[in-house]
Amino acid sequence: MLRGLSAFLYGRRGFYLSLLLLPPLLWLGIVYLGSLFALLLQSFYAIDEFTARIVPTFTLATYGQLLSHPANVDIILRTLAMAVAVTLAAAVVAFPIANYMARHAGPRMKAFFYVGVMMPMWTSYLVKVYAWRLVLAKQGVLSWFVDLLGLAPALDHALSTPVIGGPSLASSYLGMFVVFVYMWLPFMILPLAAALERVPESLLQASADLGARPGQTFRQVVLPLALPGLAAGSVFTFSLTLGDYIIPSVVGAPGYFIGMMVYQQQGTAGNLPLAAAFSVVPILLIGIYLTLARRLGAFDAL
Amino acid sequence: MRSSGDWNRASWGGRIAAFAGLAFLHLPVWVILLYAFTTEDRTYQFPPPGLTLRWFEVAFAREDIWAALRLSLSVAAVATAMALVLGTLAAFALARSRFRGRDAITLLFVLPIALPGIITGIALLSAFKLGGIQPGFWTIVTGHATFCIVIVHNNVIARLRRLPPSWIEASMDLGADGTQTFLYVLLPQIATALLAGGMLAFALSFDEIIVTLFTAGHERTLPIWFFNELFRPRERPITNVVAVTVVLVTLVPILLAYWLTRQGHADERN
Amino acid sequence: MTGVQGMQAGGADTAPPAAAAIELLELSRSFGPVRALDRVSLTIAPGEFFALLGPSGSGKTTCLRLIAGFDRPSDGRILLDGADVTDVPPFERNVNTVFQDYALFPHMTVAENVAYGPKVRGVAAATRHRQALEVLELVRLESLAGRTPAQLSGGQKQRVALARALVNRPKVLLLDEPLGALDLRLREEMQTELKLLQHRLGITFVFVTHDQGEALSMADRVAVFRDGRIEQLDTPRGLYVRPRTAFVARFVGSANVVEAAAAARITGTAQAFAIRPEQIEVLPDDAPLPEGAVGCSGELADIQYHGATSRWHVRLDDGLVLSAVRAEAATPGPTPQAGGRVRLAWSRDSLVPLADG
Repeated sequence: MLRGLSAFLYGRRGFYLSLLLLPPLLWLGIVYLGSLFALLLQSFYAIDEFTARIVPTFTLATYGQLLSHPANVDIILRTLAMAVAVTLAAAVVAFPIANYMARHAGPRMKAFFYVGVMMPMWTSYLVKVYAWRLVLAKQGVLSWFVDLLGLAPALDHALSTPVIGGPSLASSYLGMFVVFVYMWLPFMILPLAAALERVPESLLQASADLGARPGQTFRQVVLPLALPGLAAGSVFTFSLTLGDYIIPSVVGAPGYFIGMMVYQQQGTAGNLPLAAAFSVVPILLIGIYLTLARRLGAFDAL
Repeated sequence: MRSSGDWNRASWGGRIAAFAGLAFLHLPVWVILLYAFTTEDRTYQFPPPGLTLRWFEVAFAREDIWAALRLSLSVAAVATAMALVLGTLAAFALARSRFRGRDAITLLFVLPIALPGIITGIALLSAFKLGGIQPGFWTIVTGHATFCIVIVHNNVIARLRRLPPSWIEASMDLGADGTQTFLYVLLPQIATALLAGGMLAFALSFDEIIVTLFTAGHERTLPIWFFNELFRPRERPITNVVAVTVVLVTLVPILLAYWLTRQGHADERN
Repeated sequence: MTGVQGMQAGGADTAPPAAAAIELLELSRSFGPVRALDRVSLTIAPGEFFALLGPSGSGKTTCLRLIAGFDRPSDGRILLDGADVTDVPPFERNVNTVFQDYALFPHMTVAENVAYGPKVRGVAAATRHRQALEVLELVRLESLAGRTPAQLSGGQKQRVALARALVNRPKVLLLDEPLGALDLRLREEMQTELKLLQHRLGITFVFVTHDQGEALSMADRVAVFRDGRIEQLDTPRGLYVRPRTAFVARFVGSANVVEAAAAARITGTAQAFAIRPEQIEVLPDDAPLPEGAVGCSGELADIQYHGATSRWHVRLDDGLVLSAVRAEAATPGPTPQAGGRVRLAWSRDSLVPLADG
């Protein structure tokens, strides 16, 4: 019986493939894409000012509200600035780590680094956020360490800087920025290391042979070839920062971020249309980011 | 004289930066471990004034933690089971085939993890609201299964693509039909990928908060319990103990999954 | 009856069945706009050792995959032993394949690999194990039955793949570049062994190769493929002595090909022809042409020594380069220098007129 079925399906490859693909496709197509569509739909729905009930009539008022309130625009710009800053910082911090593990470490050291990067990456997200609360707290690990090194004045100076500063690291954009970089750093290191590992040794030898100094080889050969890895990593850091609402609420600073608005509008405020409209912003920003990265040829070498 | 060795040799600066970066990644995790044993229960004082095992005892006696843990484990189990079936089917269909619209489907299979979790969360919530579905156990599972499918799919498809197509042909050539080929040739080859994908999916689901906060309604998974504690810091020592437990519960399957995927690579080299 | 003896019985002493072992009727296979195989018809007799020869992309492998059933033709029919198998899946066809990469299952031992065929056909464990050992004995690998493929050398893997394909006692054995991954010495050894094995078992062998030497030395008949069609189908000797086209003349034994215009200058007739290098004699420039010979003179461009023979490249006055092969022993006296003038001569009978070029 099975053999007959097998022979039947062998001759009908297209039919067999659709049979395999249908259940997962139905799930992602209906549940996931359907939900994204519902999200879009909600963002065009109106809300009754008095009853706070959602009225299913088409309106652009929610988007108008999103873009006309300076506070909302501030939130978008603030989130965008944080995402860009975190992405740049993650790239800078990740590069030496990725470079060492991909190109210099011996096999044992390489395995050690890979596990060493993946373990914190896979450690519970919430626990890590919580850990940073402990680290950044007033009497916490960091301030103990800073005191130990006698760097307290430097920290105070940084915290007194307008905008990024605040009463303590645990309640400042500077602290939030550090936590964001920490959180997404492995997502930058791993693709970067993978890209660097694919650069053949002979290319560096050829560059040196042709008279390039190490710095020149780095700029002219290594960096362009590492670009796809940087691009892939930056998509993670950028997108994850744009969508996060836990870190800004736990490591506090006075201003709101997109994710917090989405969470709050749908929750306590009960304004699902506005939450939906807010959540369309990161989708658009990520789309623009991907297009820009592709235009700049960041994925060409993939 | 210049040589490639100049660039190739890790400078001390580069090496120190690499190790410092790794230490930066690990520091907070060790801090949590330490704080679970501190005798101080009001502030985050460092270094801890003393060490004790008392908080573990207190935490283990808490019924609300156990309930949250049970819910998280069952959600993860059901979501993983669904993902194993659906993700594997998709991987088999997409591994080698070429057809019109394939790229769009491939995109669909990365979207749930490429877009931030908050999008999945609010989107599912919008759909549930529109459909009049009450949030609860199954809405949590729905959200988790969606990204778990992607994890399993990625793991299995990577392994399938490394299998030479001639193995399947050889099996059929020798008289094995599709079922026999799957059982005797493919399944032994993808078993570790399936296991690894399943464990990653389980760990991810167990730990998920961003999507879950939107889909859980009044249910409390362990991460939600933990999240609420963060804003009610009266019971810090218990939070610390739960944090350590969560780290251990997620890290074990993840390290196993990593080891299994490495085994897969090692087999292939032979 | 045991597997091996059963196969041995089917040799030359039984009367050949009426039906051809393989018959391809107007077989085509397109991949998008590319016609990998273009209306190929072919009949292979039972017990024949048949080679599909051609450069990569010529359609020979596509042809083999269609016979095995891994791929389906866009058009045309495939008959095995008289029965139409065009729509029969590979697991229902009585042919087995030796793969280019051997395709041994890494999670099974050598014996399990060989016993896989009987296993999926429902043969009991003890019986199939015995069958596997018998076939392994045939390829002299019974001592390695417990090893895994990872522990075998290339040549040993080759033999296991062969044993695995033979255990089902197929009517036809297909071999896809079977010796491609082996080094030269092993390749020559396996050529002899395959030939002996085929003779002993009397199974039809169809093998794909891009190596003309391999095809000529092993096969009873050779089909030369080019651009999805069979350019010429002949015995090895026939291909060598009577290449029909410039392509075959060049591909098999690298003959000199003289196109119509140049031929008119040399022979007086505008008819393209091929001439084998070993049939060209190199004479001093002032030597008279032998009786009944055709000749021309030119400048010696260079000489490649190959040990027993040497290959002389001579550039004629119109720019055409002909090469001549001479036995080293036949060249007494001082070696001519590159740049010197020489005369080439060959008998009129050794010209092979070509249909094209």
